[in-house]
Amino acid sequence: METLLALLVGFLTAAGIYMMLNLNLVRFMFGLVLISNAANFTILAAGRYEGAVPALVPEGLKTVTTSVANGLPQALILTAIVISFGILAFSVVLILRTYQELGTVRSDRMRIADTTDYAPKATAPDGQGASEVAGS
Amino acid sequence: MTQTLLIGPVLLSFVTGILCYVFRHNTWVCRSLSVAGSVLVLGVSAGLFMVVWSHGPVAMQASNWPAPFGITFVADMLSAVMVLMTGIMGLLVTVYSLGDITQPLQRSGYYALYHVLLAGVAGAFLTGDIFNLYVWFEVMLMASFGLIVLGGSKAQMDGGIRYVAINLVSTVMFLMSVAMLYGMTGTLNMADLHVTLRDIDNPALLTVVATLFILGFGIKSALFPLFFWLPASYHTPAVSVTAIFGALLTKVGVYALIRVFTLIFTHDIGFTHNLLLIIAGFTMVTGVLGAAAQMEVRRLLSFHIISQIGYMIMGLALFTPLGLAAALFYMVHNIVAKTNLFLISGVMQRLGGSFHLYDIGSFYKRTPFVAILFMISAFGLAGMPPLSGFWGKFALVKASLETEAYVIAGVALAVGLMTLFSMTKIWGEAFWKPHPRGDDALLTRLEPHAAMTLMAPIVALAIFTVLMGLLIQPVFDVALVAGNQVMSNQAYVDAVLGSRETAHVVP
Repeated sequence: METLLALLVGFLTAAGIYMMLNLNLVRFMFGLVLISNAANFTILAAGRYEGAVPALVPEGLKTVTTSVANGLPQALILTAIVISFGILAFSVVLILRTYQELGTVRSDRMRIADTTDYAPKATAPDGQGASEVAGS
Repeated sequence: MTQTLLIGPVLLSFVTGILCYVFRHNTWVCRSLSVAGSVLVLGVSAGLFMVVWSHGPVAMQASNWPAPFGITFVADMLSAVMVLMTGIMGLLVTVYSLGDITQPLQRSGYYALYHVLLAGVAGAFLTGDIFNLYVWFEVMLMASFGLIVLGGSKAQMDGGIRYVAINLVSTVMFLMSVAMLYGMTGTLNMADLHVTLRDIDNPALLTVVATLFILGFGIKSALFPLFFWLPASYHTPAVSVTAIFGALLTKVGVYALIRVFTLIFTHDIGFTHNLLLIIAGFTMVTGVLGAAAQMEVRRLLSFHIISQIGYMIMGLALFTPLGLAAALFYMVHNIVAKTNLFLISGVMQRLGGSFHLYDIGSFYKRTPFVAILFMISAFGLAGMPPLSGFWGKFALVKASLETEAYVIAGVALAVGLMTLFSMTKIWGEAFWKPHPRGDDALLTRLEPHAAMTLMAPIVALAIFTVLMGLLIQPVFDVALVAGNQVMSNQAYVDAVLGSRETAHVVP
């Protein structure tokens, strides 16, 4: 089972990195989703796969007698999923707003913030069009 | 009592953030809440510092679940100093925000995000559990994502994309390396990891995990060659946001590196710490060279953040009590001086009309007070005696000479000289040169309602820099205590794992 998980993690990471190397930000985001899931599977594998029996102590006993599933990785993965869901939602809206503002989702065509001779007067945020994106 | 102090900075910041969000449409209430919250957080942080100073490291187990099973909050001298600095910077930048942040930004939730950011930073400094460290990083990141695009200008969107993308990559790396560490040891508590890893005989895998940690935290703290996101994004948001980012965010990465590379990964110092030393050298040099090419004040200062991070990592890589003490001292000094330079850049933009060195001038003639405040922080940053930066560099060079690391000592000194060159460039362009549109283009004073809130934090930080330099002995004593604690680890581990015995000692 661990071998299978390891192969899956490797495949997801490879696919994720391939997607993230794309100049298109939407593809980058999909790559990030894949690689986050690879991280989640890594946690699952790290906790050792011990079958699907829930970790419940039978009545009258003080400890479990058979091999049971490790509950901690599940708790960790749940936390990680919740966080990555929030981040994904933010990233989608950020990319959408960027597309609306700059008219492109290709990272090589965004040269506004990164050029040395860039006219700095536009940098002062004047609050115009303050986005609900950022506030929520 | 100790329990309240340990959780206080985090909880109070969260509560302030939530209240600020609820009252974001009411200017007066929101601002008063924000200042009151920051004052309370500073008070609690100072209390925590005093307790750690008199009792040594203290720990709290959530719901009394003993470590390593429960969630642990722990403060040793390093954490306590960093939390105290978070409190001080939080308050001063809040005051600056009162004059800097416009109504639309406030209505979009600036103060709410700001306080949640501080909560995340304090949580990262105080947690004793490596998975919780990941969670606190995420809290901090989410708030910073919101702050960096707040206002929604084109440049902010562009910079925001870079900032968000690379930080998410770093987060995934961090999470994967935590998973592998958990797989090797079966524990996530950092003190317990320290104990457990003594019996794990797989140094090769451990080194791989350590390298992954360097990558993950290296992106966050903008180490060579992973720093490109920082100067591409830090100059786009409001000045208050840049200032608090420059003060705290990269330092959280440095703190995390110091914590894991003194407590967890000490099995192969010859590889990991030498790697860190090489990275530190390159970080210093590339940062300062990048700054030399910049003409936009905030971009120039952003490159200097990178260069200064190199000094802190150098202290860690030397791996002696003096080196770590110097790293902590340097962090505190850098937080103060760099934040102040960012704050001053905001005032320069208001007076002169631009952040760009070509577009401004005449500050020395028309506003000598601002010029003197700038000079104090700039000389402090470059390391002129008797200001704080000199002692930081002095201690670092002394530590490196003691370990016979002569090359890095030379690099550190040369980079200090280059830093001075950058600062004189700002001085020459912005302060001496006549204003390109004539002297009348420069305002000689700020609008009265903004003057007080903008200038008060700047003056306070300038005094802080001078005092830190003049009262070096007591300040450096604190740093040395922290350096010794971090190097020996015993007090930290006892505070966390032996909590049932030591809990009664602490009031």
